[in-house]
Amino acid sequence: MWSTLLHSNTIWVLLSTMILGFAAGGIGCLAYWKRQNLMSDALSHAALPGVVVAFFIIQEKNLLLLVIGAAASALLGAFLIQWITNASRITEDTAMGMTLSVFYGVGIMLLSIANRSAGGNQSGLNSFIYGQAAAMVRSDVITMVVLAGIVILIIFIGFKEWKLYLFDAAFAKGIGMSVRSMNVLYTIVLVTTIVIGIQAVGVILMAAMLIIPAVSARYWTHSFRNMILLSSLVGGAAGALGTWISSTGSGLPTGPFIVLVSAAIFAISLLFGKEKGIIIRFIQFKVQQRDSERNQFVMDKGGSQ
Amino acid sequence: MRSSIIQVDDLSASYQKNKVLSNVNFNVEEGTITAIVGPNGAGKSTLIKTMLGLHPQLTGTVRFWDTSFKIAKKKIGYVPQRGSVDWDFPTDALDVVTMGLYGKIGWFRFPSRKDKEKAMNALKKMGMESYAHRQISQLSGGQQQRVFLARALAQDAELYFMDEPLAGVDASTEKAIMAILKELKRKGKTVLVVHHDLQTVPEYFDHVLLLNKTVYAHGKTEEVFTKDNIATTYGGNMQWIGKGDQYVVHATSQ
Amino acid sequence: MTYTMWIILTASLVGLSCGVIGVFLILRKQAMMADAISHTVLLGIVIAYMVTQQVSGTGMLIGGILAGILTAFLVQMLHSLKVQHDASLGIVFTTLFAVGVILISTSVGNVHLDVQHALMGEITFIPFTTVEIPLIGAVPKATALLTVVLILVIFFIIAFYKEWKITSFDPALAASLGIPVIFFHYLFMTLVSVTTVASFDAVGAILVVAMLITPAASAYLWTDKLMWMLILSGGFGVLSAVIGYWIATWLDTSISGSMAFATGCIFLFGFLLSPKHGLISRWVRPEAWKEEHVS
Repeated sequence: MWSTLLHSNTIWVLLSTMILGFAAGGIGCLAYWKRQNLMSDALSHAALPGVVVAFFIIQEKNLLLLVIGAAASALLGAFLIQWITNASRITEDTAMGMTLSVFYGVGIMLLSIANRSAGGNQSGLNSFIYGQAAAMVRSDVITMVVLAGIVILIIFIGFKEWKLYLFDAAFAKGIGMSVRSMNVLYTIVLVTTIVIGIQAVGVILMAAMLIIPAVSARYWTHSFRNMILLSSLVGGAAGALGTWISSTGSGLPTGPFIVLVSAAIFAISLLFGKEKGIIIRFIQFKVQQRDSERNQFVMDKGGSQ
Repeated sequence: MRSSIIQVDDLSASYQKNKVLSNVNFNVEEGTITAIVGPNGAGKSTLIKTMLGLHPQLTGTVRFWDTSFKIAKKKIGYVPQRGSVDWDFPTDALDVVTMGLYGKIGWFRFPSRKDKEKAMNALKKMGMESYAHRQISQLSGGQQQRVFLARALAQDAELYFMDEPLAGVDASTEKAIMAILKELKRKGKTVLVVHHDLQTVPEYFDHVLLLNKTVYAHGKTEEVFTKDNIATTYGGNMQWIGKGDQYVVHATSQ
Repeated sequence: MTYTMWIILTASLVGLSCGVIGVFLILRKQAMMADAISHTVLLGIVIAYMVTQQVSGTGMLIGGILAGILTAFLVQMLHSLKVQHDASLGIVFTTLFAVGVILISTSVGNVHLDVQHALMGEITFIPFTTVEIPLIGAVPKATALLTVVLILVIFFIIAFYKEWKITSFDPALAASLGIPVIFFHYLFMTLVSVTTVASFDAVGAILVVAMLITPAASAYLWTDKLMWMLILSGGFGVLSAVIGYWIATWLDTSISGSMAFATGCIFLFGFLLSPKHGLISRWVRPEAWKEEHVS
């Protein structure tokens, strides 16, 4: 067990998924309060055509360039979702569903053309799309860590600005904050996190890295600051733990284990969470019921005298 | 004395930690038109929803005609708040009114011509017959509210629950709705209306129920709708204009 | 029938069933539920394979349907525990999908199932597995299955037409009239699952999502009548299948990917040009639009 852990590449991978998890947990919290939980799912699918096109052009797997391609196409997807929602009677969830499936379809089209023309060269590309953290090399790790670091920095520097922007955008505008540029920044940070995460956990499971830590954190705290911190920590822990579990067997996929670890943390939070956990809520319900019965009793007595 | 058709005993309900209704007790007599008034967050809509089984109740019982809601359901009509549905839904006004009859049409059957006629008559009563085939998103707020009222009329119920039917409607719609309420009363139907405008209570309703998490007062409007009762219900957030018995009252906390 | 005809027919059947179901999916504001179910169906199929040890139609159909219903149930449960609806969806489908992927990579191996195949589908192989049907002769298995599903879908939509309408438009009223809203929710989710599983093998998960949501959304831009919306949506589904096949042959690329692309093109066309809700009409007659949307 220690031998696999000490295997130098595993340590690198573990470090990168941990930092990725940390960044995803933080940004996921912002997405949670913006009520755009599934946006991450739509955008990670929408990244596919960009990845393939970037691969087409450079003909090799260079993480930074693939990330740029992915980001460009995810941003286009984000823009389309916004545009369709604002300009027609189509609701946001429908726009997201359309964008993710159509972009993904286009990605598959391009991919099958790429497979045909590029011969066996695309193996690295497939692992990029379906998530294979173990396949990452050191330069990938460095790219990932640097980008995730920037994302984390942006989230934590702008604590109170984010809070204002998410909680009361109208007020934020009133005191002279540019909500528009906050929007742009939010989208860029979101897209960056998603596209660097795709490599590690894959297009489909990326959404989980944003959604689950944020929802889990919600069960332990009411403070925005603590929620972001906690969500990041949950994400980081899930990333590291999931990677470690998948490294103990051969051929075990990384992404699904990270998701399962976060799901387990969520289940624990849902049950035992001190703010809205099931057990706490059940006790509160019982107490309320007893109180109202007692009140009733007192009133009846009062009335009869 | 006329018979009570609704009996509410010790009803309470909550949203998560917050108790919005507790120890609610009242009876409603047949053929009355009752306004449910109270400040924001007093649980007016929740009261209606809980009585209709659309919101879980913590404690208590609600009886209609001495039976449970499940049995009495067919005789009860409900007008939800206008904002509770998506008006972009692909359908026209007549179709929405016809929906009021779906409970009676039964399984595996389509609305017949007779049902459509019934719906059309209801629309006519609300002065909306010329809009029957208009897509519902193209109706104004007041017109949408009239469609909802027409749907309740088509249901031909004995007892109606209406959630803020007069909120945000134009004067002519308000008049039309009030005319319908009077007609329902004349026919001996019973109506409970969540109402937000204290000023019009004495004019429109013969009974009033003052609610703020629990019942503060309930009875004939002229007996119960007094300055003191209103003040205790609203907890002082009031503004009084006028003199003597001619009050114009505004809730300042709105 | 020729090879090409079978493929187009199969895809058209997918387009029709998905188009009809999709209308209610978007009217009930559950478009993303399609995405979720299309992914979790994988888990059901894997488990069915592990239990029966064979790639059989029936076992997988049942497994997939159960997985779809389980998804709907879990989402509903989390939502009733006050988790935001879209968050519950995200949690449930990613977790179930992760379990599916892990099962594939550990116990099932790469025998007949691989994730990639499930996600992209391989419609080109459809005509090779046939089943003998009296009077008609050899019919591809997937095509026969899809025909049955289409009949089933149309039957349920017509039989409960007014119930679908009222539970989609105003669930509170429906409940107060005594119509079992929850029952219809689950019945609908079952129909979505059945359609998804049947289409799955032919076109893959992602195209199912495209076929479920996009033609219905396009139809929503062209009409204000529910009946017309259903007809148009089914029609757009078939049209996407045909156009998609044509594009795929032309570019020599993935058929299901091209069909998804075609649904997008049809939507874009309506989004720009629809006389009622298109961008250009709004630009030409901004007054009419305002009147409709501001009031």
